[in-house]
Amino acid sequence: MKKIFSRMGDGSALWLSEDELRQDLRTGTEDAADRGKIGPLSDDELERLFEICAAPQKVVSVEPGQEVVHSFDAGTLKFPLRGGVPVDRLGTVMAHERAFCSDTFEVGHSDYSFKPVKAIIAEERQSMEQIQLNATIPVYYGAMPNLGLYTKPDGPIDNWSELLPMGKVQEAREAQEEACEMAIQDIFFVAEAMHEAGSDGINFDTVGASGDADFLASLLAVEKLKKAIPEIHIEMGMAGEFVLGMHGGLKYNDTRLAGLYCHKQLELAEKAGVDIFGPVINTKSNKSVPWNIARSCTFVKACSEISKIPIHPNAGMGVGGVPVTSTAPVDAISRASVALIEIGKADGL
Amino acid sequence: MGGVRTAGDLVARVMASKALRVNEAKKYVADKLGISVFDLCDSQVMREVREDLNIGHVLARPGGAIGIEAKFRIAKLLDIEINSVKRFKERSECSL
Repeated sequence: MKKIFSRMGDGSALWLSEDELRQDLRTGTEDAADRGKIGPLSDDELERLFEICAAPQKVVSVEPGQEVVHSFDAGTLKFPLRGGVPVDRLGTVMAHERAFCSDTFEVGHSDYSFKPVKAIIAEERQSMEQIQLNATIPVYYGAMPNLGLYTKPDGPIDNWSELLPMGKVQEAREAQEEACEMAIQDIFFVAEAMHEAGSDGINFDTVGASGDADFLASLLAVEKLKKAIPEIHIEMGMAGEFVLGMHGGLKYNDTRLAGLYCHKQLELAEKAGVDIFGPVINTKSNKSVPWNIARSCTFVKACSEISKIPIHPNAGMGVGGVPVTSTAPVDAISRASVALIEIGKADGL
Repeated sequence: MGGVRTAGDLVARVMASKALRVNEAKKYVADKLGISVFDLCDSQVMREVREDLNIGHVLARPGGAIGIEAKFRIAKLLDIEINSVKRFKERSECSL
């Protein structure tokens, strides 16, 4: 029987029989359903995923009229920094608008965290003001809460990752709570300034990377921003499919943050005032891309079914069913994208 | 969707400013432009629409609105507030 070309989650090539492909799709959705305590994909949805994954074309796409918009994280880092193209951020924005035809774009500092931006806010503001005069597409300002930057030696607070192995649990918790307060102030300071500069919105990227305190700082910062500037637009992209319990006891609106999966993260983001939510589903490199796509779609569908705001799942290297590689193959990216839109009912990527 | 080559920037703006899901945002933009949702991603249709309305397009042309000029028109056309346009008006003491 003819084998179907696919890939593993690390990007390496893989050939599956029809039965193997169907089995991977089924166990992928069952894994998500079991972990997230959500419903698995239906037989019809799994059959459509089979068609998407088994399509012989290298690149697949949605039908005309079913397109969705793209938003970015680390937008201005990719062309000049990662790609090494000698062009400034304004040039990068114009290239994305005029050459790549991006729907939106995002400007960020090379350090890409709120804390370091605070010291150079005047320069960042000036750049955003100039970019806004020239850009037609919406341009956001993005950065990470990155609570780890508040620990010694980069910051003033004891490092909870060092305290925890020493058994100093209470000290580790207090350190995270202190860092949380500092991060809220810094995020508010930077976001308010970039809003003043004309930014179309603020993108909170990689939220929860340092655990539940990181997520709490972001939620409280959003709440504070929305209270002070009701018209500010905020997109929140997560760091992982569930919140790490580095603290373990932190709550937002009486909900414990540690261990929350995407659809529960979304509910809190909505309560805080987030306008666009970006769930993350981690790709398992030792499972196939179809397994990962089915798993991602199950989580994203659970978000879409309850969401009142647009959902932009992260679909790039190592998340959203896309292989864990910095040169993600277009066959895998296009299949993951179509699946997230058709089955996950994503509003954007 | 194709950004300024089609209607991607317009749908993205409405999605964010009105917190609408994608199908609602597309319908809103299509109604404002007087075209079908299907045509929003048709680069041939949208070239004519964008040039007629002078709201910025991927092809630079003499006299064509770009950047803040195009956004003034987009804010009015879609009946949304665009932060940079609002600030431009305030700083230039423009009463448009």
